[in-house]
Amino acid sequence: MPIIINDTSLDVPADPRVTLLDFLRHHAGLTGTKKGCDHGQCGACTVLVNGMRINSCLALAIAHDGDTVTTIEGLGTPDAPSVMQQAFVDHDAMQCGYCTPGQICSATAMLQEIAAGWPSDVSTNLDGDISASAEEIRERMSGNLCRCGAYANIVSAIGEVAGRDRV
Amino acid sequence: MRPFHYTRPESLNHASQLTASSNAVPLAGGTNLVDLMKLQVEVPRKLVDLNRIGMETIAEAPDGGLTIGALASNTATAVHARVRSDYPLLSRAILSGATQQLRNKATTGGNLCQRTRCSYFTNIDQPCNKRQPGSGCGALGGVARLHAILGTSAQCIATYPGDMAVALAALDARVEITGHGSHRSVPVRAFHLLPGDRPERDNVLEAGEIITAVTLPPPVKGRQIYRKVRERSSYAFALVSVAAIVAMDSGRIARADLAFGGLAHKPWHDPRLADLLIGEQPSAALFDKAACLLLENARSHGENEFKIPLTRRTLAAVLAEATEIDL
Amino acid sequence: MTGQFTQDAPETECLLDSMRQDVIGKPLVRIDALAKATGTATYAAEYPVKDCLEGVLVTAPFARGRITGIDIDTCLACDGVVAVIDNEKLIARCAQGTAGEAPVQEVRKVAYWGQPFALVVAETFEQARDASKHLKITIQDDDLSDIPCDPQAVEPENQQYSSQGDLPHAMTEAPHSVDAKFTTAGHASAAMEPHAAIAQWDGQTLTVHASLQMLNYNISELADAVGLEENQVRIVSRFVGGGFGSKLGISAETVAASLAAMQLKRPVRVAMSRQQVFQCVMRRSETSQRMRLAAGKDGTLQGFGHEALVSNLPDEQFAEPVLQSSEFLYAGDNRLLTLDLARVHRMTAGSVRAPGEAVGMPTLEVAMDMLAEACSIDPVELRLKNIPDRHPMKGTPFSSHKLAECLQQGAEAFGWDSGLRKPRQRREGEWWIGTGMASAARVHNIAKAKARVTLNPDGTALVESDMTDLGTGTYTILGQIAGEMLGLDPSNVLVDLGDTRLPRGPGSGGSWGAASIASAVYVACKAIREKLTKYANVTEGELNLKDGGVEGGASFAQLLGDKELREEGHYEPGDIEDDYVAAGFGAYFAEVRVNAFTGETRVNRMTGAFGFGRVLNERTARSQCQGGMVWSIGAALTEALHFDPRDGHLVNCDLAEYHVPVNRDVPELEVIMVEERDPAASPIQAKGIGELGMCGGAAAIANAIYNACGARVRDFPITPDRVVACMPD
Repeated sequence: MPIIINDTSLDVPADPRVTLLDFLRHHAGLTGTKKGCDHGQCGACTVLVNGMRINSCLALAIAHDGDTVTTIEGLGTPDAPSVMQQAFVDHDAMQCGYCTPGQICSATAMLQEIAAGWPSDVSTNLDGDISASAEEIRERMSGNLCRCGAYANIVSAIGEVAGRDRV
Repeated sequence: MRPFHYTRPESLNHASQLTASSNAVPLAGGTNLVDLMKLQVEVPRKLVDLNRIGMETIAEAPDGGLTIGALASNTATAVHARVRSDYPLLSRAILSGATQQLRNKATTGGNLCQRTRCSYFTNIDQPCNKRQPGSGCGALGGVARLHAILGTSAQCIATYPGDMAVALAALDARVEITGHGSHRSVPVRAFHLLPGDRPERDNVLEAGEIITAVTLPPPVKGRQIYRKVRERSSYAFALVSVAAIVAMDSGRIARADLAFGGLAHKPWHDPRLADLLIGEQPSAALFDKAACLLLENARSHGENEFKIPLTRRTLAAVLAEATEIDL
Repeated sequence: MTGQFTQDAPETECLLDSMRQDVIGKPLVRIDALAKATGTATYAAEYPVKDCLEGVLVTAPFARGRITGIDIDTCLACDGVVAVIDNEKLIARCAQGTAGEAPVQEVRKVAYWGQPFALVVAETFEQARDASKHLKITIQDDDLSDIPCDPQAVEPENQQYSSQGDLPHAMTEAPHSVDAKFTTAGHASAAMEPHAAIAQWDGQTLTVHASLQMLNYNISELADAVGLEENQVRIVSRFVGGGFGSKLGISAETVAASLAAMQLKRPVRVAMSRQQVFQCVMRRSETSQRMRLAAGKDGTLQGFGHEALVSNLPDEQFAEPVLQSSEFLYAGDNRLLTLDLARVHRMTAGSVRAPGEAVGMPTLEVAMDMLAEACSIDPVELRLKNIPDRHPMKGTPFSSHKLAECLQQGAEAFGWDSGLRKPRQRREGEWWIGTGMASAARVHNIAKAKARVTLNPDGTALVESDMTDLGTGTYTILGQIAGEMLGLDPSNVLVDLGDTRLPRGPGSGGSWGAASIASAVYVACKAIREKLTKYANVTEGELNLKDGGVEGGASFAQLLGDKELREEGHYEPGDIEDDYVAAGFGAYFAEVRVNAFTGETRVNRMTGAFGFGRVLNERTARSQCQGGMVWSIGAALTEALHFDPRDGHLVNCDLAEYHVPVNRDVPELEVIMVEERDPAASPIQAKGIGELGMCGGAAAIANAIYNACGARVRDFPITPDRVVACMPD
């Protein structure tokens, strides 16, 4: 079975060593997904697989046949950016931009996780209502490093999309 | 990454057969294995992908406990309604580890089998008895800031890095293992090994054996706390972690199931602590006595000496919180 | 045509203040934001190049000695391998910033653990990565016991010594004094984009897409390294995924990719692994420092001593300039400043964001906190009291000085309590809460720069330079400068950067990028305006341009017909550099909580007030300040390179164990930009900004930790174990 990437079917690579990240960048020509560490330590390669955010650097492409992958290019384009992409622009939630696609993929999935009521390390109650507070956003976005230090603006951008005032 | 053959078995038995050969390795979430393969710390000839043989379910156990499939993602476990309500310690431990991206991919079985983050282990140009038996231990006499203080050997001072298994040890969960046509069930507390003379062995799994599930016993009464001390507020391994289930009865401690992360080659469980604490009124002096007992054989290796006072203080904080006393 | 400006005197009149477009300083959205947010901004390794081979660097697993042989046969036999590049032109170290020539190229003479010595080239990345592990070498390593890896164990070389009066005497006589030793750990830049290059050779010209900060120097470094003339080399760096000093000079990947492409006559891509970035790119030196402060009863400084020891590889000129701002920040007649350098076998020490002040200011500012306590004076007051009128040793005046304003405005915004300060006054559950503050200072740097500006009759303009934008906002601010000067909406200004075919800019580094290149654009625009005065038949003072033409008058099309106006602006700092002390100043205020049991510290909130001359874009400037403050948090709490004392290898060479701050480490950050114009700093009256945010911020956190829990930790980073060790029972 092929991999479905942003609605396009692509055959899995012959070499099983090819990670999903390198598959996207080298084979599919989708360089929006970034390689920052290649070891699951920075989050720059975050993509959505079947709606869940993962580090594509630690996934083998061959193991994802039949899966649906959404990359930054699949979320929106310069002509039609997603709400999250536009919020990152509006809040200057980036500097060098290298971690940005991963941040945005991560943030997009994160809001769905909050909507599903999934708790995080900072949630007071495991079963309570989860709000998109600044504290929750910070913990949930801690898997995406930003060396330029745009965190404060990233939190406001996501906060705006979450439609809540910052707490 | 060395070239390898990728296979996807159709059944558990098939998978077990495929992994029986010495250079075949099962692939679950891959968050640790793929990382180590890139570094050539792991060089399997054959990768056996367990992901599509239906081991991801989380189900009620007949005795009122819970069975968590070996391929259930850490996220699925942490957000499972019964885990949240009856085993909050497990949710908390999982949520304190790694990141959402990693937890979405990482699995129950894989997490139990994750390998040490000792940098001498992950750097193939440094000696490491765990990676290459007989090559020596680079951490001894090197930078051993994050290393073990309990249960070490002259061969290895690495720590088990995970959080989930520390909670499972406190909960006294069992690891369900299938292989060579039979099944066995091993307490989590006995699943990981101390390094001794064979630090290359992390746990009791034999070639061809596959973890199928983890079984949680029926829930018990008491407060459940997971406390992780780390250098960064998130996305960092534990300097020390404490998993605790503590119940009180008429002002006295009635249950004290404790396990510790960051201190040893395995989640550390010392049954003497419960014996010491149960029946006593909580107090600073009692907690200190517990810490002394826990740490009586602790040995530091240079920089990690801080773990001894840090463990004592963290244990006190957890017990104070659990027993609701002020220190 | 060329406009030339050499600054020999303060420029008190700046045209930017009298222009009509009103875009300068405004918080315009960065023009490359949408490209970055949609993944369409193209970084070095991402250019689609046909038939591109993949190269992986191979590094030495020992710290000192010689590689006497390389057995390439096993490696060549691996699937897909095309070649092993191990020639003598590979570089062994990265070039220091502004070197302009090739760094050390003797790759077989190993001077540090992880030194690159070869490149394995294969058809695919997976093949090259595996084959690189099969390269066998024979080595003659030097006696390990003889390898100086510990800076303390080496007889250091003195790099800087300046003395005035008698500091020891002042220390003895003073009613209040502080004499304290500190250490700071080494740091890594850890830019998110690992160093990468794609090289193409057509037999005549070498074209390299690389991730570099200073193309104007990098072109000379690369040409020198590979043995070409500069006119045979083209470097393109349109987007750089962070630099922070690590991409100032060329590194191994750029040279290796170039040599491979030239040898194999096929394009070659080389990207360093994250581990390689840690192991063979610049580190910031660890430091040990001694601070001595002597003060009168009222806190007036009488003596000021700052001594520091740093390290670097043999043959490197760079010594972390720890004392840079200590020279002039505070008064005190009796002064002693010394900087020593120990030669050790660790990777090259060089510039990492805010070299010098990043580690010198935190120790100075903790010592000031200790002095404030000793004198029973509010720490803000102590600093206000000791701001000198002139450079305390040279006597030169300050160009512009906003430390007092920063301290006052920062204190007010933060809600600083100037009452008597005592540790351990506020506890919430397990957490001690406390506040702390520190001054910020960073020398102002500026460099010569060229830029070309073309005004088109259709009311658009083009700005061109080989300048880079590391995420600082250069693209955006240059559009604003040109827009302001030429009366154009910045959306009608195309800014083309990052290509050595364009006029040579200053490069990005040392916070000099914006002020230097914007001055060049300013000079070019002034020259265009001069021509326009003739077309419009008015004087410069009467030339009011707005929205694509003369305000209320002719459009550029009407004015120019079909003729475009093109000028190159050359800006050069002149004699003025010696006449004034120019620096950015600021103040930080932090509230932290410290866990009474575990010693974990979390920053609750932080305020930074900074004066750095004219603000060119309020939005990107704020982001720069915030970024610096995040680095302050990292330097204060988490960041440390750990080296094995036996073989000198870097132990924590990845992002799991080298702890850059994560989102949760960073609270809301309040930034106050203090109104300032510095006419001596640059013709546009702006100073540097990218580094100021981390020049002392770590001390505000350290001082807050002390105020919270009574632990006076003098070793950075202040990890939980260090807090626990210093916390009173």
